[in-house]
Amino acid sequence: MTATESKTDSAGKTRRSLPWPIRFYKSDVGKKYVMAITGIIGLGFIVFHMLGNLHAFEGSQQLNEYAEGLREIGEPIAPRTMLVWIGRIGLLVALVLHVHSAYTLTRSNKRARGEVGYENDRNYLAANYASRTMGWTGVIVLLFLIWHLADLTIGIKMANPDFSRGEVYDNLIASLERWPVFLLYVAAQGALALHIWHGAWSLFQSIGINNPKFNHWRANFATTLASIIAVGYLTVPFSIMFGIIH
Amino acid sequence: MDVKLRVWRQNGPSGDGAFKEYDAKGISPEASFLEMLDIVNEELTAAGVEPIAFDHDCREGICGTCGLMINGQPHGPQQGTATCQLHMRKFADGDTIVIEPWRAAAFPVVQDLVVDRSAFDRIIEAGGYISVATGAAPDANLTRVPRDAAEASMDVAACIGCGACVASCPNSAAQLFTAAKMAHLNLLPQGQPERFDRALAMVDVMEEFFGSCTNHGECETACPKGISIDYIAHMNRDYVRAQRANVRLAGQR
Repeated sequence: MTATESKTDSAGKTRRSLPWPIRFYKSDVGKKYVMAITGIIGLGFIVFHMLGNLHAFEGSQQLNEYAEGLREIGEPIAPRTMLVWIGRIGLLVALVLHVHSAYTLTRSNKRARGEVGYENDRNYLAANYASRTMGWTGVIVLLFLIWHLADLTIGIKMANPDFSRGEVYDNLIASLERWPVFLLYVAAQGALALHIWHGAWSLFQSIGINNPKFNHWRANFATTLASIIAVGYLTVPFSIMFGIIH
Repeated sequence: MDVKLRVWRQNGPSGDGAFKEYDAKGISPEASFLEMLDIVNEELTAAGVEPIAFDHDCREGICGTCGLMINGQPHGPQQGTATCQLHMRKFADGDTIVIEPWRAAAFPVVQDLVVDRSAFDRIIEAGGYISVATGAAPDANLTRVPRDAAEASMDVAACIGCGACVASCPNSAAQLFTAAKMAHLNLLPQGQPERFDRALAMVDVMEEFFGSCTNHGECETACPKGISIDYIAHMNRDYVRAQRANVRLAGQR
């Protein structure tokens, strides 16, 4: 039981153990904790971004003003775009930690399973489709994210030839009017909803929020959140495809 | 009743394994699953074939020695019981039953259906004890334990260490076992002095052998004692508190 006490090296010198956040992240339980916290950060962004998207229904001017407004958050105290960049860097750090812990844990789980698996199909009673495909839905969402940034944030010509900086509304319509982009968007939202359906429940367990008083609504919370996010995000591409937004 | 068995046969820890098929004929539906295997083994012995090796001891669901993967379910199709408490009436005449050993890197096969579960012992050694003297049996009433804590502690103390949680887990994680053994002591006053040392030590040893928890909840349904995954959340919380609080070093320079 000396996990946190300082250790003595071969020369007899006492060396201090690593700072606790690093030691914590080295453990699997710690990585799961980090996954949960960075997941909450991601969920916060996803909900905020969804609400922002709905400005598309107010028309071109409002959406463009909203997007411009995001760059101006914190003015005049902070310089223009400063807070938005702090937010972006924070999200990027959270994403990197989330993906790194997911990757490391997946590899160590594979090792823990050993070389020989079960021959008979497992008769799962509790594990569901969402919980068993977290890795795949995560990869789909990550790949979509890269595409999405290239398409509508950075505006790489290969992804969106009609991109024009600052014209958020026109860029959105021009991109989502293309059938393959529309289908990709819908598929990615399906993956995201599945990912959140399991993740938004799972995170409570990982950070140890467990109380018989509210345990029954943890799963309901996840289902509701995943549904709201899926519906909220899908209204925009469907409205564009059916010509409600044009 | 007659059933067909598809059993994993492996001659020793390093040998190559393969499935072999056996017929179990004229089995009483009242026979337990292990009695059915006994009958098959008697026939194999009479025929000069090496009998199927499987672990068993008390045969009343309290020792945790038995444990077979039956048709893709740990301890078979009946929930809340160990393999020894499963009866052949749960199967239909003419069924094919696939019997496999627990599969996990930390549970190497010893022979046929017998696996080495000593990785569990390593976890217990790390912190599954208390070092305060609690006296002899009459002294038990000297330490007052709140009723709810005693009940919760008994719920997890019901863990028989069979390994079904690991066997059922797609990640081969031993979180339910470790959480149960930890909560069993951490819920009681006698377990408090070493609570956070215990959390650190047991989790660290667990992670040397087993995978991580992705909250499938499969272990809870596989557990013959119905131990709840709520305790995994409690373990996670104690582990992070143990990392942070560093209560043992307070005031020490």
